[in-house]
Amino acid sequence: MKLIDADKLTDLAAALARAGYRVVAPIDDSGVVRLKEWAEGAAIRTDAVPVNSAKDFLFPPSEIIGRWDLDGDDFTPRDVQPDAPKTVLLAVRPCDAAALTLLDTVFNWDYKDEFYNARRQAATVVPMVCTAADEQCFCTSVGGAPDATAGADAMLRPADGGTTLILEPLTDKGNVLLDAAGPALAEGDAVADPPVEIPRRFDVEAVTEWLSRNFESDLWPAISLACLGCGACAYACPTCHCFDIQDEATRRESVRLKNWDSCGFGLFTLHAGGHNPRPDQAARWRNRVMHKFSYIPERFKLLGCTGCGRCARVCGAGMSMSEVCRLIADETKKAPTHES
Amino acid sequence: MSPDPDQAQAVQQPGGNLYTPITMTIADSRDETYDVRTLRLEFPGEAERAAFFEKYRVGMFGLYGVPGAGESAFCIASPPTQDQYIECTFRKAGRVTAALRDREVGQTITFRGPYGNFFPIEEWKGKNIVFIAGGIALPPIRAVIWNILDRRDEFGDVTIVYGARTVADLVYKHELQQWQKRDDVKLILTVDPGGETDDWKGEIGFVPAVLEKAAPSAENAVAVVCGPPVMIKFTLPPLKQLSFPDADAYTTLENRMKCGVGKCGRCNVGSLYVCKDGPVFTIEQLKNLPQGDL
Repeated sequence: MKLIDADKLTDLAAALARAGYRVVAPIDDSGVVRLKEWAEGAAIRTDAVPVNSAKDFLFPPSEIIGRWDLDGDDFTPRDVQPDAPKTVLLAVRPCDAAALTLLDTVFNWDYKDEFYNARRQAATVVPMVCTAADEQCFCTSVGGAPDATAGADAMLRPADGGTTLILEPLTDKGNVLLDAAGPALAEGDAVADPPVEIPRRFDVEAVTEWLSRNFESDLWPAISLACLGCGACAYACPTCHCFDIQDEATRRESVRLKNWDSCGFGLFTLHAGGHNPRPDQAARWRNRVMHKFSYIPERFKLLGCTGCGRCARVCGAGMSMSEVCRLIADETKKAPTHES
Repeated sequence: MSPDPDQAQAVQQPGGNLYTPITMTIADSRDETYDVRTLRLEFPGEAERAAFFEKYRVGMFGLYGVPGAGESAFCIASPPTQDQYIECTFRKAGRVTAALRDREVGQTITFRGPYGNFFPIEEWKGKNIVFIAGGIALPPIRAVIWNILDRRDEFGDVTIVYGARTVADLVYKHELQQWQKRDDVKLILTVDPGGETDDWKGEIGFVPAVLEKAAPSAENAVAVVCGPPVMIKFTLPPLKQLSFPDADAYTTLENRMKCGVGKCGRCNVGSLYVCKDGPVFTIEQLKNLPQGDL
């Protein structure tokens, strides 16, 4: 098997960078662990879940999807190609890789988004098995696992008590990456460490079932009262994929941008005529929960949540998707009332 | 009613940029009211024209834009039977519609589409059709009306109930006159109380009440309703009273949209995307949607 010392991940990053990969890895960014492009000298940290998810590098926060030259009232279209460098998503989390199944589906379920697809095809996904978790992690509640291989081209497995990493290829892309790593990897034997145990926090099928009959519920205003509508949860989420399309122009040029958006924003659904189907934060939170746990399962037979817990870690108001799901699951256990 | 499975394949060039519009030239521009304008748009070439009309069925929509301002979704207001151009009708409401309104005949705008599902008019052959529209909601229905009138022999009686807040807010006035003169169209116009002028000869009252009074027969008929959410809501009881089955009454929804193709996530009502599962819905479907999301 292919091994690398756990404290030599930067050697692997350097070898892959030399082989022409853009290396995206969890990097210490002023004390915060953030997935970003690795550069010589950057410290890779695998001891905490990065604040951002791997989606940033397949579906970036802002990207140009159209470009025109402007000349007075005239405009001339110019060709726009996706910016899709060969990339390795190194030591991301299994919950990041699990999200790719949904993103692949959304961006291809009928019409095909070639911007996403070009990046996706150019990406080799190498998650690391989690041997530690925090109280926000809940992948096991939504069908995932700390050692799940869904969406992975190769897996990094901590071994020998965390001193070594096993790099195990799972796909052709993974094999190509191992070849590219060359002497950064050593041949040898190691015993994989057990993945962390993450307790199951709620019964997700009960959540989906409750949602199917509780579009109207007192729970929605109750759970959404704290929400500031800042959208941080959507931006940190590995599966949130809602976007806006906006133009930005100078006198000579205009670009059309596909920008991240969030159903938590008041303007998200506001009609030109003034009507807003989701006029308050309760309606917006309901859509957020419904989309992930009811609408996506209904349409795609998938869940819109991989249990990474990032939304809860970044929320300034202390809200948590797993807590909301647990509350909903608790509702289903309550005795039936006299309500019709 | 369901999205055409071949639609995506037909609209998108393999490997192409889904979001790339074509450039249309404004062939004509008409003011319908003080703030509503219709643009007639010509295709950049025969290939684009033919590709569009191969896919276009009445009820589908498009994204209209001006580089620098952005793009907005609205209906295609002309029918597939008029296949040399398309028309769009819009009210100046924001940045994009203001930019569209600033464009003059001979200048260009961007367009992509057609997207969404369509009215199943092939299933309506031989049936009577009752159109009910309010205000700026006539444009999507106008495309259906002309589609039917351009193939007049294939359909039964045509009744149109159209209302607006004031006489000045009625759109397509020149076409309303044409329809008024035809003996194969029954047109009932109304304005809200207080919206009439001294020489107004139509009805005075809200669309639902006028519909109830006009009482078109539901026998062998379908109804097509389009208007602001509040008008649709109050039109449903009279439709039921007139015995129109919910499955034979249609409407078209226009939610805020960006991508138009089921990606950007904002036009959903409950689990349905207006851009993909609609914009055309039966009243039966509409009633099954979570009402709090409309």
